[in-house]
Amino acid sequence: MLNGIPINFYIMLSAVLFIIGVVGVMARRNAIIIFMCIELMLNAVNLLLVAFSTLHNDANGQVFVFFIMAVAAAEVAVGLAILSMVYRNFKTIDIDLLSRLKN
Amino acid sequence: MIKLVALIPLFPLLGFIINGFFGKKISKSLSGWIASLAVLASFVVSLLIFMELEHSEVKSQIVPLFSWINSDTLKIPFEFLVDPLSSWFLLIITGIGFLIHIYSMGYMHDDEGFARFFTYLNLFVFFMLLLVLGNNYLIMFVGWEGVGLCSYLLIGFWFKNTAYNNAAKKAFIMNRVGDLGFLMGIILIFVTFGSISYDQVFSIASSGNEGTVTAIALLLFIGAMGKSAQLPLYTWLPDAMAGPTPVSALIHAATMVTAGIYMIVRSNVLYSMSAEASHVVAVVGVATALFAATIGLFQNDIKKVLAYSTVSQLGLMFLGLGVGAYSSSVFHVTTHAFFKALLFLGAGSVIHAMGGEQDMRKMGGLWKHLPITGKVMAIGTLAISGFPLLSGFFSKDEILAHTYEHSPTLWFFGQVASILTAFYMFRLLFLTFFGKFRGTHEQEHHLHESPSTMTIPLIVLAILSIFGGVLGLPEFWGTTNWFHHHLDPIIAHKNPSILNHTKEWTLMFIATAAALATIFFAYMVYIKNNILPEAKDEKLTGIKKLIFNKYYVDEIYEVVIRKPLDLLSEVFYKFLDLQVVDGIVNGVGSAVTGVSSLVRKAQTGHIGFYIFGMVLGIIAILFFTFIK
Repeated sequence: MLNGIPINFYIMLSAVLFIIGVVGVMARRNAIIIFMCIELMLNAVNLLLVAFSTLHNDANGQVFVFFIMAVAAAEVAVGLAILSMVYRNFKTIDIDLLSRLKN
Repeated sequence: MIKLVALIPLFPLLGFIINGFFGKKISKSLSGWIASLAVLASFVVSLLIFMELEHSEVKSQIVPLFSWINSDTLKIPFEFLVDPLSSWFLLIITGIGFLIHIYSMGYMHDDEGFARFFTYLNLFVFFMLLLVLGNNYLIMFVGWEGVGLCSYLLIGFWFKNTAYNNAAKKAFIMNRVGDLGFLMGIILIFVTFGSISYDQVFSIASSGNEGTVTAIALLLFIGAMGKSAQLPLYTWLPDAMAGPTPVSALIHAATMVTAGIYMIVRSNVLYSMSAEASHVVAVVGVATALFAATIGLFQNDIKKVLAYSTVSQLGLMFLGLGVGAYSSSVFHVTTHAFFKALLFLGAGSVIHAMGGEQDMRKMGGLWKHLPITGKVMAIGTLAISGFPLLSGFFSKDEILAHTYEHSPTLWFFGQVASILTAFYMFRLLFLTFFGKFRGTHEQEHHLHESPSTMTIPLIVLAILSIFGGVLGLPEFWGTTNWFHHHLDPIIAHKNPSILNHTKEWTLMFIATAAALATIFFAYMVYIKNNILPEAKDEKLTGIKKLIFNKYYVDEIYEVVIRKPLDLLSEVFYKFLDLQVVDGIVNGVGSAVTGVSSLVRKAQTGHIGFYIFGMVLGIIAILFFTFIK
């Protein structure tokens, strides 16, 4: 029990968030949306880590989360920079149209 | 001085390097002199070493140079061995070699490959010296292969002529057959005795069982058959006459072809242990002597006659080795080197005067045009025929006397071979120098005696051919046989002569009478009755035709060995190479192409599809992890 809410609820919420992220990555074509979905997946995992960390009274999980957030921030910075360059060159961020490396 | 033995092969090697790298930049006479002086320097050192050894108490001295091969149980130091045998061969090689170098400067004067010729010649002398100096079988083998290479290079010296190139290849391939035997012999020696150094092998040889020793001796003898042109591997030597005449004199008469004899004398410890192997050597020797001598009777090419005569004389030497007369064989090697080098160089002088003509049917009456050459050729012919008191008389007589002790049958065949030798050699002399000139008018006009660079070596060799016999006067004459005495330390088992003096005198008388009668017969045929060989080869019939065509040995080899080999190669090419090997190689290639053309379709370029694949993969991994 965490703050009166069973741990299963946290797990289910995380799973739902994660699956929304996965489906979003697979189904959407807009690169920014895909990006946001990836963030969603990361945060689903973060939520799970924090929940279990509190449950077990172990700070390690929360330290992990901080690391993930820092790395994700850096990743977003790089990723958005790439996307803005892609947009400048192709006038689109539709990933299905970005198939120049094929062949 | 003996410690400086390494100098002997070093000089020709230096000459080889200088002529090989700078031969084209320096003048012809300079490159000729560099090569000749290199060999002369070796001769001087050899002579000094020989004299020192003669006065030394220790007859066999090993000079270590460096550690050559050092791997686990295989330890082969690079050592030279100076003993009566090797020091004697050193003298023959460098002495005759020097004379032939001088001669070559005259003979090859107008050749464009002058420097190249001397390069090869020096390299040959280097390898030959290595062959006789080494203290183990492997160094001998290195020299053995090296002289084979030089022989190949020099037979094919005029490489623009395809026939000459084929002769060179033939010599090389025939020798390889023998070399394989030699190599296997060396390996067997190592396996049996754990060493290949002469001193070690011979000191423990008696511990080996007789069957193994016989096998070793026979394998080594196969090597000797190739190098010394014995039945059945002799056919390369007559063809080797394609090379320049000084080469025939140096390599294919005086030195390289006697390497087989050197090797057997060196290994005499092993041969005297095995009666069977010795018997094989004797029988092959006498068969070769007789066989080659009969072929020599009907040859019309002056160099071919000498080539078959060389094969025949080598057979006689092997006969001597087979009956245990090792030092007599070395003695015959020596006198043979004198008179056969003389005869070859004389023939070269004749060919030089005739403008390249080698057919004796087109010669005749050259005595007055080539007075010096004629006289020295006559001396050489008398010497090889066993004319009394000339060098060949003593050496041949010794071998035959020892053969008689061993087996009168072998003696009889040996004697017949030497009678035939006397006949064809006088046939050569009479056809070439007597009678009327049978060449073209132009050739007659061109006839001239050779320059002094060529005649001086001839005269020196003629003197050696006359007096060479003094080295080994027969002991039943009441004189000491210096030669036997000299070689005594290296011969393991000496057979004391069992013949009484009357027998020896009788044998000598028979040999002399036979030689003189044959000479008289040849005189009657070719001078008195002036019977000339048929001008057209196809008119010959019956046995004459058989012998004229050298018993069709080349043709038999062609049918028995070359044709099946060609057929086999054809089968292997068509089936194994084209079908199997090419099939595997091409199959691998087309399989890769086929699979990749399928897999390539998965590479759509749509990121969504890739991510879908990735998610599927992750799910699969999770799934399999959980069900485990």
